[in-house]
Amino acid sequence: MPYDIKIDNFEGPLDLLLHLIRKNEMNICDIPIAEITRQYLAIIDAMQSLNLDIAGEFLLMASTLVHIKSRMLLPQSEDDVSEEDEEDPRAELVRRLLEYQKYKEAATDLDLLPILGREVFARKFSSPELAALEEDEFQAVGLYDLVEALRGLIRNVPEASYHDVTFEQLSVTDRINQIMSQLAGKESISFAELFSPSPSRHEVVVSFLAMLELVKLRMLRLLQSVRFGTIWLFPAVSGEHQDGLDFDEDALGYG
Amino acid sequence: MDTVDLKPIIEALIFVSESPVGAEQLAEALDVGKAVVVPLLRQLCSDYATEKRGIVLEETAGGFQFRTRPEYAEWVRRLSRNKPFRFSRAALETLAIIAYRQPIIRAEIEYLRGVDSGGVLKTLLDKRLVRILGKKDVPGRPMIYGTSRDFLELFGLKDLSGLPTLKEFNELALEAASTVDETS
Repeated sequence: MPYDIKIDNFEGPLDLLLHLIRKNEMNICDIPIAEITRQYLAIIDAMQSLNLDIAGEFLLMASTLVHIKSRMLLPQSEDDVSEEDEEDPRAELVRRLLEYQKYKEAATDLDLLPILGREVFARKFSSPELAALEEDEFQAVGLYDLVEALRGLIRNVPEASYHDVTFEQLSVTDRINQIMSQLAGKESISFAELFSPSPSRHEVVVSFLAMLELVKLRMLRLLQSVRFGTIWLFPAVSGEHQDGLDFDEDALGYG
Repeated sequence: MDTVDLKPIIEALIFVSESPVGAEQLAEALDVGKAVVVPLLRQLCSDYATEKRGIVLEETAGGFQFRTRPEYAEWVRRLSRNKPFRFSRAALETLAIIAYRQPIIRAEIEYLRGVDSGGVLKTLLDKRLVRILGKKDVPGRPMIYGTSRDFLELFGLKDLSGLPTLKEFNELALEAASTVDETS
């Protein structure tokens, strides 16, 4: 079989082309583009007939080759001859091939170095188990791997600590009405009773403002029996009998 | 303290260090100048090299580390029952390109290799052999990659200047070609 080549053995189209050029002992600076294109396409065809997935890059190179071939067939028209057009259509491909070859060789040289954990060992070494990662970007991912990846991802996501911030639409006016209804039918309520067991900052502020507002409107009186003792809220209207206690309105700054 | 006494202490410090230990670090621990430590390190290195020991003192990744001699790899592996790992060609090619061409962006790597290199690049980043140096100030702000300290350590390189010299080609290297192509 003339094209007994496994595409898996090649890192990419450049690698495959280098192989073909070498195999045919072609001169890289004067590649017989028609012949190389024919061989290259034959390999691609063979792969396709075997129902193998061919990476897009191989197809892109096929079209590049055909394009170069067509450019070489076309006679250069007089007015087209500018600086750039004078370059051989193969030039860029040749440059890329030589450049690729350079790094391919460098990769081989790197692999010849004594590698920690392979040729040389230290008492403790970082896990360089880059082993058996052959072609790992061409490998199909199974469902299991996908689920594992997702699981790993979820595991690594820190437990979300939500803090719902719900803005209480409590206005001072609402609070005034609430306080008044709280007071209705009662002789007095203590300052502490104004607030829910664990009030929000917003509630505290609004309640306090409402209370002050009521005092200002002279609908409420704030009284205490001893200094720093419990503050009591008395409705101003039903509080006649409390007149004897000293209530200093100015002290609240609401004079 | 006499410098004669310092050499075995340095030896001890390197022995207990998990990763290559630098001359500055040793000098600091010993409370002496770096200029005192460096020649002693050189002496230690040559001591190990000349005496036929199973381990050598290697200068790597900006520090010093005891490592087994490469020729004893087989025996070490037999004891630890480890199989020698192999780099994938994709990993080696990409590493080589990054090592010699850094700082480099992914598009340049892919142009040189002629194939998508996202997967292998991610693997190399995961293995901490490659690191992100920053973002290039061009449209799309692509990541700039370079090799890491771990890379130097893994390949036993003192620094990047220790990389094998890059060969320039004007024609095909025919001999080198055959070795790779035979693998199936």
